[in-house]
Amino acid sequence: MMNATSIENPKPFDNFDGSSLARAMPTGRLLRAYLMEARFESLRMFRVLGFSIPFLVLPAALYLLFGVVLFGDAVRNDPAAGKFLFTAFVVFGVMGPGMFGFGATIATEREQGLLTLKRALQAPAGSYLLAKLLMTMLFAFIVMATMIPAALLLGHLPLTFAQCANVTAINILGSLPFCAIGLFIGTRASGKAAIAFVNLIYVPMMHVSGLFYPLPKFLRAVSPVWPTYHLQQLVLAALGMSSYGKTTIHVVVLAGVTVLLTVLSIRRLARVG
Amino acid sequence: MSNEFWAELSSVKKRFGKTMALDGLDLQVRPGELFSVLGPNGAGKSTAISLLLGLLKPDAGAARLFGLPPFHVEPRRQVGVMMQEVTLAPELRVREHIALVASYYPRPFTPAEAMELTNISSLASRPYEKLSAGQKRQVQFTMAVCGRPKLLFLDEPSVGLDVRARETMWATLRQLVRNGSSIVLTTHYLEEAESLSNRVAVLNKGRLIASGTVNEIRALVVRKHITCSTALGADQIATWPEVESVTRDQQRLQISTSNSEAVVRRLLAADSNLQELEVRRAGLAEAFTELTQEAA
Repeated sequence: MMNATSIENPKPFDNFDGSSLARAMPTGRLLRAYLMEARFESLRMFRVLGFSIPFLVLPAALYLLFGVVLFGDAVRNDPAAGKFLFTAFVVFGVMGPGMFGFGATIATEREQGLLTLKRALQAPAGSYLLAKLLMTMLFAFIVMATMIPAALLLGHLPLTFAQCANVTAINILGSLPFCAIGLFIGTRASGKAAIAFVNLIYVPMMHVSGLFYPLPKFLRAVSPVWPTYHLQQLVLAALGMSSYGKTTIHVVVLAGVTVLLTVLSIRRLARVG
Repeated sequence: MSNEFWAELSSVKKRFGKTMALDGLDLQVRPGELFSVLGPNGAGKSTAISLLLGLLKPDAGAARLFGLPPFHVEPRRQVGVMMQEVTLAPELRVREHIALVASYYPRPFTPAEAMELTNISSLASRPYEKLSAGQKRQVQFTMAVCGRPKLLFLDEPSVGLDVRARETMWATLRQLVRNGSSIVLTTHYLEEAESLSNRVAVLNKGRLIASGTVNEIRALVVRKHITCSTALGADQIATWPEVESVTRDQQRLQISTSNSEAVVRRLLAADSNLQELEVRRAGLAEAFTELTQEAA
């Protein structure tokens, strides 16, 4: 038998008002809708263990492996090397969630009709993208919340509170250009192709932007094309280390990449869906 | 364009490449009715719904939702939608999916109320990926009604549902209409349209070929069916001029005719022992087939 009480009992409809056409959305409820979207996007990405474990655990785990277990003695004698390793892994930590969390998921969800449903259901403007952005920033924050204790307690890095706070802020904002790259790919490629395209950029960006190790001269000349290069210079400067280039230039490049790719992607989403 | 209709297409044309998906279509959805849009595949049903939801813009003509262009936020907030092909986040639980969609509306049901309404409370904590195809449709239906919408668009809602789940969905739809909502339903199950609808529109090749109440649509097909138990032979009756076809089903004869009164008179005159006489009008399914074939 079907559940007769739920059908016959009109209680859920008590407040139904068939006559009024106007139904304003109070600001509080609108804000709540944005928060709910971000909350459930984060929750669901945490539950995808193939996404959350590598991106949340790997940066600190790899930093500890190289900076403490393998080369701990060398790093203790050369604090600058230790700090460099720290900057490499915090930047590495924000690349993945942005590029994969945006790129691959948007491409798949576009194919699966979820974006169309969200448009039809009148999800608040931009809430879908904003939720993914906040999810990425939350991941970046957690990466920093694991990296900093690892560096202070096990890596014995002499970081001040201000330096920790600055690097955290820089890195959370620094996830934006990686989100924009993922968004750009996700709005153009199919679900399966998007993962391949993201890897096609992710892997070279990790290895030939000078993130982990000094580059040969011919590669060093082109390393400024990668956002990772600029973000790492900002983090190095925030730790009082020697860095290349001017802060303003780095910020302009990172902001430029973010704005350009986001505008192109949103135009594409509006036109093609 | 008036507020008399909650959703309206006026002389709408929509072309995709070389295909004319809608060719001067007029449709009106009135307050408090269940309106079924029927038509063979490719008739333009989904395009018509997409235009009413503001997902597409017409090449010519106008779409209105509560008297406003459908891409405006206000009219869309009064609409619930269940689409045919959509995959939701597999990792989220049923309650979470419903809570998220409910948050888009000003005065929604709580997730618990919505799930009680559609009889899926037992699925609340299940991850979406663990549900059967029919259960997923039930969740999508709950998402469509959770915002207390005045107007509900359902695209093939009962595909994959078992009989019980379909009955629950139908009961919920009737309850929504009793409470003043309107529902626009596209379906391939003609018995669904027949059982639920106040009005029906039949589309073919982007045009409206018939619209009216279920009875009015059925009446468009003049043919009727006579069944009876008789000693008369099928071959003999088939020669009568008013008779279109005769088949024998065990002991009973099935006669199709456009002039049932004349055939019944003649049957009774020819066989005084004739029994179990029954005259039926064409069903919606038959009317649909005939209308769409005529228009093809």
